[in-house]
Amino acid sequence: MQEVNWTALIIFVVLFALIAWLGFAAARWRRGDLDLLHEWGLGGRRFGTMITWFLVGGDLYTAYTFVAVPALAFGAGAVAFFAVPYTIVIYPILFLVFPRLWHVCDKHGYITAGDFVRGRFGNRWLALAITVTGIVATMPYIALQLVGIQVVVGALGVSGTGIMADLPLIIAFVVLAAFTYSSGLRAPASIAIVKDILIYITAIVAVIAIPIQLGGFGKIFAAVPASKLLLAVPGPNTTGAYGAYATLALGSALALFLYPHSMTGILSASSGHAIRRNAAMLPGYSFMLGLLALIGFFAIAAGVKGLPEYAAGFKQFGNNFAVPALFLHSFPSWFVGIAFAAIGIGALVPAAIMSIASANLYTRNIHREFINKHPTDKQEAQMAKWVSLIVKFGALVFIIFVPTKYAIQLQLLGGIWIIQTLPAVMLGAYTRWFNDWALLLGWAAGTIAGTAMAVAAHFAATYPLVLGGYGLPGYAALYTVILNLVVAIALTPVFNAISARRSAVDETAMADYYA
Amino acid sequence: MENPGRKRGGWNWWYLLFVIQFIAVLWPPFYNKAEPEWMGIPMFYWYQLLWVLIGAVFTAVVYFAVEE
Repeated sequence: MQEVNWTALIIFVVLFALIAWLGFAAARWRRGDLDLLHEWGLGGRRFGTMITWFLVGGDLYTAYTFVAVPALAFGAGAVAFFAVPYTIVIYPILFLVFPRLWHVCDKHGYITAGDFVRGRFGNRWLALAITVTGIVATMPYIALQLVGIQVVVGALGVSGTGIMADLPLIIAFVVLAAFTYSSGLRAPASIAIVKDILIYITAIVAVIAIPIQLGGFGKIFAAVPASKLLLAVPGPNTTGAYGAYATLALGSALALFLYPHSMTGILSASSGHAIRRNAAMLPGYSFMLGLLALIGFFAIAAGVKGLPEYAAGFKQFGNNFAVPALFLHSFPSWFVGIAFAAIGIGALVPAAIMSIASANLYTRNIHREFINKHPTDKQEAQMAKWVSLIVKFGALVFIIFVPTKYAIQLQLLGGIWIIQTLPAVMLGAYTRWFNDWALLLGWAAGTIAGTAMAVAAHFAATYPLVLGGYGLPGYAALYTVILNLVVAIALTPVFNAISARRSAVDETAMADYYA
Repeated sequence: MENPGRKRGGWNWWYLLFVIQFIAVLWPPFYNKAEPEWMGIPMFYWYQLLWVLIGAVFTAVVYFAVEE
C-alpha cells in the first residue's frame, strides 16, 4: 500500500469532524418534538424546496454511485452511461406520481409506503409484503455505502491488519449511528448541504482541470478503446446492447423512488409544490453524475492502472479504485482531502436516511401492526431510534465479514425486489381498481421470477430473455414487474368474483390526493 | 382554465413533453454514434448530457404551465 497522505488525511478528518458536529447540532434545527415519529423520521415534513433538493440529491446520488459509475465506465465503457437516461426519466415520474402520494400521506399521517398501502387497500399482509421488500432491498444498499468509505480510506494510505483494518469504518459508523439516533432526519438533511457542495466542487474541478492536464477531451476519448466507446450494434434477431441499455435505464428509474429512503426524502418535503419544483431542479445532480461517469474515461487516458503506486489499490478494490487513483494522480494533496471527504461524507447521508427509512417501516408496519398495536407516540419514536441502530450495525457487520461481491449481488436483487411494489404503491396512488390479494400474488410472482432470473444470469445486470426466437436481453426488474402487473390484472376480477364483499375498505378519498 | 375539475390529476397536454423526453433518451439508435463530435466528445456522450438539461427545462415548463 502507498504511504499515508498526511495532508489529505488531516483535511479529510477535519471535514469529517465538522459534519459529525453538524449532525448532532441538527437536533435543534427547525426544532420539533423528537419523541414523535414524524418529527424524528420525517423532519416534521417541514423541508422546503432548497433543503429537499439537497436532501433528496444527497440521498439518491450516493457515494457508491460516485465510485461505481465511473468505475463501470473505466471497466466496461459506454454502458455505464445508462445512469444518465436513468436519471433523466426518473423526474417525470417524480413530478407526476409523488405529489399525489405526498398529499395522501400528509392527510392521513402516513410515514411509509407500507402505511399508504395499508390504508389504501386495507390489507395488512399486502402492507407487510411491501414493508419486508423495502427493508430487505435497503440493507445491502446501506452496506454498499460503506464500500465508498473503505475505498477512500484505503486510498488515503490508511491500512492495518485485523480489527485495525476496519477501525476507520467502525468509527465512521459509530458517529453516524449516534447522530442519526439523536437527530433523526434532520442530521442527514443538514449534512447533505455540506456534502453536496463538496461533491459539486470536486466534480467541476475534476472535469475542468483533468482534461486540461491530459490535453483535452479529444485526446481522452482517443485513449478509450473503440469497443468501449459506443454500445455494440445489435446483431440480427436481438435487441442486443440497445435493449439492455434502455431496459436498465427504465427499470432502474421505475425502481428508484420505490426505495424506502427515496420515499422518506420525498415525504419530508413541506408541500407537493416543493416536490414538483425539485423534479426540475434535481437534474443538476444527473448532469454531475454524467460528468463523473466521464471521469472513468479520464482514468483510462491517464493510465492510472499501469502506475506501480496504485497497483495495490486496484488489487484490493478493483475498478472502484479508478477514481481515487486518478484524483491522487491529478490533484494536490489538500484537494485530494476535500474530494475524498466528499465521497466519504457522501456515504453517510444516504446511509443515515436508509436506516431511518427502514426503522420507520419496521416500527409502523411490523411492530405496530403485529406486535404492539397501541404504542404511545414516545414508544413508537423510541422503537424507531433503536431499530435504526440495529439496521446500521447489521450493515457494518455485513460489510466487514462478507465479501463485497455479495453486497453488490444483493443490491442488484434489491432493485428487482423493490420494483415489485410498483403496482400497489405507484399505481395505487391513481387507482383502487386492483384487488389487494391479486396485488399480493402479482408481487409474489414478480419477486420469485425476478430472483430466479438473477440467479440464472449469475447476477449479471441483464437477463438474456428469448421470446419466439427473438433475443431481448434486458433488466430482469423491468421484465418481472410486467409479469407482476399481468398477474395482478388477470386475478383482480377473479378475486372480486370470489368474495362478494370487497375484501377491504379504502380509507383514502379521491380528494386526498391533491392540494 | 375553464374546467379546473378535469385538470386535477388527469391528463394534461403539456405532459407530452415528458413523452418526448422518454423517447429521446430510451431509444439508443438515435444517439449511439461517435459523430458529430463536440469539443472532442463523441455524440453518444454529449447528446445524453444535453438531454439532462433539456429534460430539466421541459419539467420547468410543465411546472409553470400546469400549476396555476
